[in-house]
This record gives sequence, C-alpha cells and structure tokens, in this order.
Amino acid sequence: MSGFRLPAGGAVDRGRPLAFTFDGKPYLGFRGDSIASALLANGVRVVGRSFKYHRPRGVWGAWTEEPNAIVDVTRRGRTTPNLRATVEALDNDLAVRSVNALPTAAADRVALLDRLSAFMPAGFYYKTFLWPRWETFELAIRAMAGLGRVDPDNQPHGDNPQFNARCDMLVVGGGPAGLAAANAAARSGRAVFLLDDRADIGGQLVHRGGSIEGGDWRDWAASVTAAVEANGGRVMTSTTAYGVYDHRLVSAWERSGTLPDALWRIRPKTIIVAAGAVERPLVVPDNDRPGVMSADAALVYLRRFAVLVGKRIAIATNNDSAYPVADALSEAGAEVELFDLRPDAPPTTLRVVRGAEIEGVAGASGVEGVRIGGQTRAVDTVLLSGGWTPTVHLYAQARGKLRYDEALAALVPNVEVEGVRVAGAANGAFNLDEALRQGHAAGGGQGAPPNAPSGQYRVTAAWPKPDAPGRRWIDFQNDVTLKDVALAAREGYVSVEHLKRYTTLGMATDQGKTSNINGLAAMAALTGRSIDETGTTTYRPPFVPVPMGVIAGRRRGALISPLKRLPLEAEHRADGAQMREYGGWLRPAWYGPDDPGRAIQREAARARDAVALFDGSSLGKIEIIGPDAATLADFSSYNRLSNLKPGKVRYGFLLQESGIVFDDGVTLRLAEDRFLVSCSSGHTDSVVTRLELWRQDRFDPRRVVIHDTTAQWATLTLTGPRARDLVAALDLGAALDDDSLPHMAFTPAAFDGAPLRITRVSFTGDRSYELSAPARRARALRARIVEKLPAFGGGLLGLEALMILRAEKGFIVVGKDTDGTTMPHDLGIAGPRDSRKDEYIGKRSLFTPAANDKGRKQFVGLTVAQGETALSTGAHVIEGAGRARRSMGYVTSSYVSPTLGAPVALGLVANGFARMGQTVGVYHLGAERRATIAPAVALDPEGKRLHA
Amino acid sequence: MQIFPCPFCGPRDETEFHYVGEPKARPEPAEAVSDAEWSAYLHLNANPKGASREVWLHMTCLESFLMTRDTATNAVLGSEPFTRAAS
Repeated sequence: MSGFRLPAGGAVDRGRPLAFTFDGKPYLGFRGDSIASALLANGVRVVGRSFKYHRPRGVWGAWTEEPNAIVDVTRRGRTTPNLRATVEALDNDLAVRSVNALPTAAADRVALLDRLSAFMPAGFYYKTFLWPRWETFELAIRAMAGLGRVDPDNQPHGDNPQFNARCDMLVVGGGPAGLAAANAAARSGRAVFLLDDRADIGGQLVHRGGSIEGGDWRDWAASVTAAVEANGGRVMTSTTAYGVYDHRLVSAWERSGTLPDALWRIRPKTIIVAAGAVERPLVVPDNDRPGVMSADAALVYLRRFAVLVGKRIAIATNNDSAYPVADALSEAGAEVELFDLRPDAPPTTLRVVRGAEIEGVAGASGVEGVRIGGQTRAVDTVLLSGGWTPTVHLYAQARGKLRYDEALAALVPNVEVEGVRVAGAANGAFNLDEALRQGHAAGGGQGAPPNAPSGQYRVTAAWPKPDAPGRRWIDFQNDVTLKDVALAAREGYVSVEHLKRYTTLGMATDQGKTSNINGLAAMAALTGRSIDETGTTTYRPPFVPVPMGVIAGRRRGALISPLKRLPLEAEHRADGAQMREYGGWLRPAWYGPDDPGRAIQREAARARDAVALFDGSSLGKIEIIGPDAATLADFSSYNRLSNLKPGKVRYGFLLQESGIVFDDGVTLRLAEDRFLVSCSSGHTDSVVTRLELWRQDRFDPRRVVIHDTTAQWATLTLTGPRARDLVAALDLGAALDDDSLPHMAFTPAAFDGAPLRITRVSFTGDRSYELSAPARRARALRARIVEKLPAFGGGLLGLEALMILRAEKGFIVVGKDTDGTTMPHDLGIAGPRDSRKDEYIGKRSLFTPAANDKGRKQFVGLTVAQGETALSTGAHVIEGAGRARRSMGYVTSSYVSPTLGAPVALGLVANGFARMGQTVGVYHLGAERRATIAPAVALDPEGKRLHA
Repeated sequence: MQIFPCPFCGPRDETEFHYVGEPKARPEPAEAVSDAEWSAYLHLNANPKGASREVWLHMTCLESFLMTRDTATNAVLGSEPFTRAAS
C-alpha cells in the first residue's frame, strides 16, 4: 500500500462512487477520477509490464505522455485496447486489464525475461532475423510481443461526424499562454478557436494555481472564455489538435463523452501553439521501478484527485519546479526529502540534500528505498523531475526547426514559421508571468499583458552520462536503457532516426514524449556532438493515438468508394439479379437464386439460341460537338472517324501517348458535327478528362465541346438470333430490315412519344440491337421488353454470361485481355498505324524499336484437349522445362462455352501470332497442363451470326 | 490537405484536382520526331525543387490551368488559365 485518497479536496465527487475491476480484482473510485488516479487511490502500484523485459511498471505521468499505464478497457462488453489509464475517465463497471502481462501485471509469468536481458540487446529483432534462425523464435516472440488485445466484436458504428471550420486564430492549449493569446485576439474582434485536450481550461494553473490580474486565475480565465465566445469564437475542451498539415490545416479530435467522437478540420489564419511542456525523468539506475513517478504528476494527483501517491517520498531533481511539489506533498502529510543535483539549490524549509545524485532505486516490485552516498534510505515513492520538454509537436509538424537552449536545458522553437506562433511553456517560458507575456504578444495584444507575480525557473542540465553504471531506463515504454543507446552508437546507428528504428526508442503509443530528449542527449554525448548537431527525429502526426473511426468518419464500408448505380437497379433486383461491381458500377452479374455456375451457363446458352436482354446503361455516352468535332475525334482515336458517315458506327481504340491501348469502344456519328463515343463503363470519367485536356490544349475550345450524357441515357441491349423479331414486336416505328438498319449503323426511333435510338453493334457476335432511351423512360421500355421475352424464348442476361459470349468471339475487355504493354497491333489491328498520315495520340510510340520487337505479347486463343476442364485465368503460358522454364505470357480470360461444349480461353503470349497451332505448357499453382495456341475467335469465325 | 486556386472557381480542396503534368510542347509530326525526342517527351521531366509550373485539371469544372507551386514547401505561388496564341 502506498498511494491513498485524502479525506477532502480534489475535483472528484465523493458522493458518486464508481465500481471497476483491474486485472479481475474489484475496486472503487469516484466520478472525476481517471483510471490511473483510481488505481493509485487504491494503492495499486504495478499497472503493467514492460514491452520487452516484462518488468513491473507503475504510473509515471498524469496525462498523454504516460509510457507505462497502458490498459485494455472493457465497457458494456466491448474492449478498446491500448488506452492510457492516465487519460481515460473512470466510469461505472469498467473492466480494466493490463497489457503485455500474462496473466496479470502483478504476477507475470514471463518476467524471467528480465534475467535474460543480456541476450536481448538493442536491435534484438534485427539480429534474430539474421542469426541463428528467425523461424525458430518467431512464434514465441510474436506471442509475447505487442500490447493490448484487439476485440473483434468492437466494431464502432460509422457515425463519427466530421466538421470543417475556419477561424482567424486557433489557439492550441488552454493554459496561461493560450488564454492570454485568445484574450488578446478575441478582444480585438477576431474569431478564436481555443482548444484544450483536457476536460477543463487552465493547464498547469489547475494544479499549480496562480494569481492573474490580481485575483484567482479562474476568474480571469472565465472572462477570457466569455470574450472568445462573444466574438464569434469557440472554446473546445476534451479536444486534441493532433496534426498540422499542408496549407495550415489542423485536425482535431473532439470527445464529448455522450455523443460520438468528432473530427474537426480547422483552417485558421494563425495557429498559436501553447501546448505546454512535459516533465522528463532523470536517468538514474532502476528509474523504472513501480512507485517512481514524475514529480509534476504527483502534484496533479494531489490537487485534481486528492490522491497522495506515497507517505515517504524522495524527490530527485535538477530544477526549481519540484519545490512547490515538495511543499504541497509535505503539507498534505507526506514525509518528503529532496535530492537536488545542484549545489546551489534554492532555499526550502524541507529536508534537502544538495549536489546529490540518487545512486539507485531499491525494490523489485515497487519502490522500497533510494540509495544515496552508498546507503539506502527507506521511502515508498521516488519522484523524478529532470526538467521540462516543450511540447513543440504541432510547430515542428508545420516545418518549424528547433534549437537547444542551454539555460533551459530544452529544445525550443528557433525559426519563424508563417502563420504559426509558439508561446508559453511550449516556447520555453516556464514561469507564469513570462507565459502570459508571450501569449499576449502571440495573440497580437496591445498594451500590457495580463499581470502575474514574477516567477523564477532555473535548471541545470542532467543528461545521461554514457559511462554511468547500472541499468538506467531512457524509454520506459519500449524498454530502452542507456546501454542500448551506447550499443547502437557502437554499432554505427548514430543518426537519431537510425537510433529510433534500431532500439525502438521513442516509438509506440507515447512516441517518446518523456524519452526522446534524454535519448538524443545520450547519443550526443556518446558521439561527441552537441545536441543541436545530433538533432531530433521527425515530428509527425498524430500527437496522440486517434481512433481510426474518427479519421474515417462516415467514409466506411460501401461509402469508402461509392458505386455508380444503374437507373434500373430496382427492376433488376425485382427479377432476382445478383448485383456485383464491374469497373465501379453495380451491375447484374446473373439472375435467380440458382447455383451461379448453372444460372450463368443457362443465360449464355439462351442468348445464343433465342434472345436475351442485358443492361448496357453503364457504357459511356460522351458527345463531341462542334465544327471541329471530327478533327478532335480523329486526333483522339487510333481509328479515323472523320470519314465515318452520319448514321454509322465504328469500333476502335483510344491509345495513350505511349501507344498502349487505353480503351476500346464504338463511336457513332450522330451528325456531321456530332459524335457519340461509347467507351468502357469503367473508363467514362477518364475518357472525358482526356478529351477535355486535348480540347483545351490543342483545339479552339469555342469550336468543339465535350458533353458527357452517360447518366441521361439508359441502354437496353437485345442480342440473339431472335433479337430482331423481338424489337419488331416493340413497335418502335423504325425500319429494321438489314438494308435500312445494317450492322454498325443506327436509326432514330420513338417509344411512347419519347426519342429512342436503335444501334446495331454487337459485343456477343450475334445480331444485336441497343435501345437507348432517356433514363426516366427506361423503366417502361424494359417492362415492355420483359413482357415480350417469353414469346421469343428469351431471358435476362447478366454480366457473367455476357463475358462468356464475348470471349467465344475473342472480343477483348481492355485491362483484362490487355496489359500495360499491349499496343493495337498486338491485338491484330495494324491498319491505322500503316495507313494514317495524320497525327493521333500515341502514333509515334507505335514506330519505336520496342513497339516492333519480335517477342511482343500478342492476343491469341488457347484450346485444350477434348474433355479437359477450363484453364485458370492468370496461369502462365510457359516454354522449356526445369530450370530453363520461363513465362511467355498468361491466360487473360477463361470460361466454359455452353455453345461449343468446351472451354474457351484467351491469352497474351510472346510472338503468339507466329505460334498458331503450337502446343505450349500452362503453369498454375504448381501444376502444368498443355494447351494449343489458336485464333482468338472460337465461335463463328466467318461472322455469319451477326446477320442471321 | 492543400487548397488550390482554380482560376475559374476560386480556392478549392486539393481532392477536386488532378495533376496532369509539366507543360510540354508535343513533338510532331511523328515522322520527323526521333526516338530520343519522343522518349524525352514521354518520360523526362524537370521535376524542380522549388518553383514548379504544372498543368492541373479541376475535375469539378473540367478546366485545365497552369499552377506554380513550390515543391519543397507545397506553397502555391499562383495559378492562371491557358493563354492562346492568336491564330
């Protein structure tokens, strides 16, 4: 038993006790407690086990800097891992579990690891990777590594709101400097956002107290928040500004407690970083014992929570800030003795040993004494105050640079960053009056700053000495000792960035808030460099761990990348469509509840035998309009389009400037000055972009415009030998004989008084009619078609069956049957390259030596022996055997054709056109098969079905 | 998150923009362009540290424009619509 609750004082509500458990044992705390303060009040000392050696650890700090008290918290059956006990508010029925401890923090079976510490030096993982065998140890190491346990049932709702805000000034930190800045800015009429990550305003004033403007600081602070709110600003507590990003965007995480946490994206004209400072430990031997704590934290526990952390307390320090702590603890009834490194320590009425360094901390599972002058003095608590480290994270994230200030023994801001100012303890102003002065100036205040008694802060640097004996912890969270830093230096990891990665110093949930400066100072001493020369690691967001759900907000699940929806989705679903994503569109994959394989085969067979309806509404419908439409169409396309007659349709490619096939599709010439580009469903946006870029770059934008009408039109396609009969039965008022409407032509028609276009193009190889109607008329058109289908033996056709039909005909899907090397002549279409004299996108690339290499992968079919199963898509086409075996390409598409009663496959194979009829190996997942290279067109090579 | 000034729409969030590339003259006609010239057009960029003139597309209005950015600090130094040589 060490810490205990005082009968009075603190900001806890003694009338509202809260029951909780820690590692299974029941305890009581009060409303207003943090988990850490409640544990300390109950005399719990060991709150966790260290990451590497499983050493027992106690609470070090009182806020976000906490390296040791990391806990999993179960609330209403849901566990959240790796929370800091010092930050989390206590609540009723919390089950708190220590992390990295088997089974509990107090009795950890793996603690003997500590005795093996000589075998786990810095870079332990890296060394084990190399020798003797990582695999031998991997399972055991993985089982012991890591902190909390993830609860798979804890899946928060995607309801974290996200807000965007602008303001004149964002003040981060509600301590004296932040309040002074907000005061000055608000009173000159500026809109100020004042943020503090605690639930209250005041910062250090809350536990250290102070008099401002001649009265209690709380009265002055209340007048400041009133001024902020009266001038269009906002005071936000429990809100952590955790990152500064480009163009001065600040992200903040707001916790209201009752509502879901929120993300704020704030764009201030000016940022004031008044984030305070963090007390760091002295690097004395065994400074990681439970019961060793930050001196400032002990004062926080006393004043905020009325918890006295010990009865016999030794305070080791090198600076003046420990003295008010000593006075307060003594006043509260503790027996206090100070050990000040400085021979000229300030006067005090308490016992003090001047010019003294603690030589060790005794007590394996908790502090029992301190060694000084070769003797052990019995104490139950050791407070360390090694000076203050300014919280400069946001300034540094905004590209601020630091310098080492000898007098303050701290890294402080050194350069001006546009739009960012640092004030108060974050800027090395550790006295109240100086903090107020800096804040007032940073806020643009005129006249005298808020008045406070002048203070004094003196410190003598006490950086770790490289040759100091004993085990001295620098980073508690990652178990990095002074010797580890020395080893890293010997092994050449002298850059602080290397030091961090090699030893893990400054990593994990606390990001070295208490340890980084001691680590880099040790490295400086080890390498004979100054602290400035040694430098710091890069400061990156987030300042504290932020829940992923807050960052994601509502962009989760289906909303991460919203799908495009067909205007007829409801009708498809009503007919039993199984919807799947294709190129960003949600489209019917097949229909009915049947086994998908059977349903797909049935749909494909019916389309060949009779007629089938599929929804082609997602195909791009991009119009090129104007007197220069034909020249833009020509330049954009591999195939010439200017000689296409109005009313006709042409298939072709769009190339990239690199000559690679970018998209394929048909283009309709609607009129002399008007084309309609029907590109792939997934490429519409990029084709529009590409046409726009070239239009604006190369053409007179007044003479040609691009208009994307994809969303305005629905396209219903009928394909199969009875397609014409069915279209005729729809009464669309257009002549359908092959002279009036031949393949690759279109005709206007009408449906219930609305315009309709009938286009004869075919992605199946069968006679096909695309009926394009305004999207709002599509439902009625589809209903009439579906009503007529049974009379013609027809049915619905999903995308999967359509893929079989097009593969039987050797029709490509760009990006599936082509890759990042495929040029049009690799697909057997070399005509435009050989004949076109004018410029078009990608032209020059088709004439390079690489474009005409003999070994290019070319588009072919692949057949297998009768009775064999389909090849695997992605399987390698190979030649040679054993070690000489090499890939010549791969299978791009593979299906079973119900019409041919055999598998059909397409592939890209090196020099494939010249290998027609050759037998090759096909390798997939360890098995090798044989296949024969064949023409890509497996069904109806003469194309008779188009006109049947 | 950066704010880019579209010359037509004003300052907008960076997620609305698409980087097109460095402004380059397209070498042509193809018959008169060497492999080396074409390769340079396709692949070689100045990639300066500091002020960089770039073509961007504002995807919500679909207008492309020139923007000058400092690639070391991400500061935006200016943006302008294309000007067309009188023809």
